[in-house]
Amino acid sequence: MIIYKSEDEIKIMKRAGELVANVLLKLENTVKPGVSTGYLDKIAEEMIVSHNAKPAFKGYLGRISKIPFPGTICASINEEVVHGIPGKRVLKEGDLISIDVGVRLDGFFGDAARSFKVGAVSRKVDKIMQTTWDALNDAVDKCVAGNRLGDISNVIELRAKSNGYSVVEDFVGHGIGRNMHEDPQVLNYGPAHQGPLLKKGIVLAIEPMLNEGGSDVEVLGDSWTVVTKDRKISCHFEDTVAITSEGSIILTRPD
Amino acid sequence: MPSFLDIKGDIISEKEEIIEVEGTILEALPNAMFRVELENGHKVLAHISGKMRMHYIKILPGDTVRVELSPYDLTRGRIIYRKK
Repeated sequence: MIIYKSEDEIKIMKRAGELVANVLLKLENTVKPGVSTGYLDKIAEEMIVSHNAKPAFKGYLGRISKIPFPGTICASINEEVVHGIPGKRVLKEGDLISIDVGVRLDGFFGDAARSFKVGAVSRKVDKIMQTTWDALNDAVDKCVAGNRLGDISNVIELRAKSNGYSVVEDFVGHGIGRNMHEDPQVLNYGPAHQGPLLKKGIVLAIEPMLNEGGSDVEVLGDSWTVVTKDRKISCHFEDTVAITSEGSIILTRPD
Repeated sequence: MPSFLDIKGDIISEKEEIIEVEGTILEALPNAMFRVELENGHKVLAHISGKMRMHYIKILPGDTVRVELSPYDLTRGRIIYRKK
């Protein structure tokens, strides 16, 4: 069941989203060769707690996970797609790291992810990052009342395929509000003009995940980290978007 | 944080699940129901689609028809087309 949010609720979600955006900005400036993912996690947690919010992922139990998620952020490097557990791993020059941040503020969730370059990266890393970012922006442009959910899924798939990338099929974006994962599921592929009608008050976390190789992924033994089956690189961006009567607001970007 | 794809979600339309097969009418039953023998030899009870009924398309034993089946009940079908 899709839960529609009132204008006041969207205002609270905007505050949660802004905090997420600021945490990501801070992490972007911290990412460099030699920094561990555990350190990034610590910075994020301190910043979230100091704003009277709670890390949304810490302790979260997914449907396929055996243990609660131990970190504040998901740090997924190179062939890791999403849900990477932050820890001792140290960033190396040329790595591609996707950082996913979620917070809970005044009862509502904000959720966003960015991929960052570690030092200088190869051209293939550059290209997959640019394409994934473009795919997210294409999808955001489709967030207009009157469109259908399939229109969002379709543009992501089109952008990926036209650049020679595949999209991850087993993990999807989601509705968001008082729960981190709500209906509807936002697939990154599928036919246009299908699925639920987008209406004022729907808030979606849209997250294209593009793979350099095949679309198949697997979950590692820690029951969280998702990697590509062929171990080729993968890239992930995410924003929380609210649909309004005049179009949409990207809640997780600074004004 | 992405969630794991739940295939029971509402994104997959029910239409995709419908099976379409061809068959031959064996006998006409009351209430515009027919017994149809499918290509694979199965015999199903099929009713005629509302659209065909509206256009008074007559069906006689021996006609070849296209039948829609639901995977939930393979003993019943819906006749959607009569071949000439």
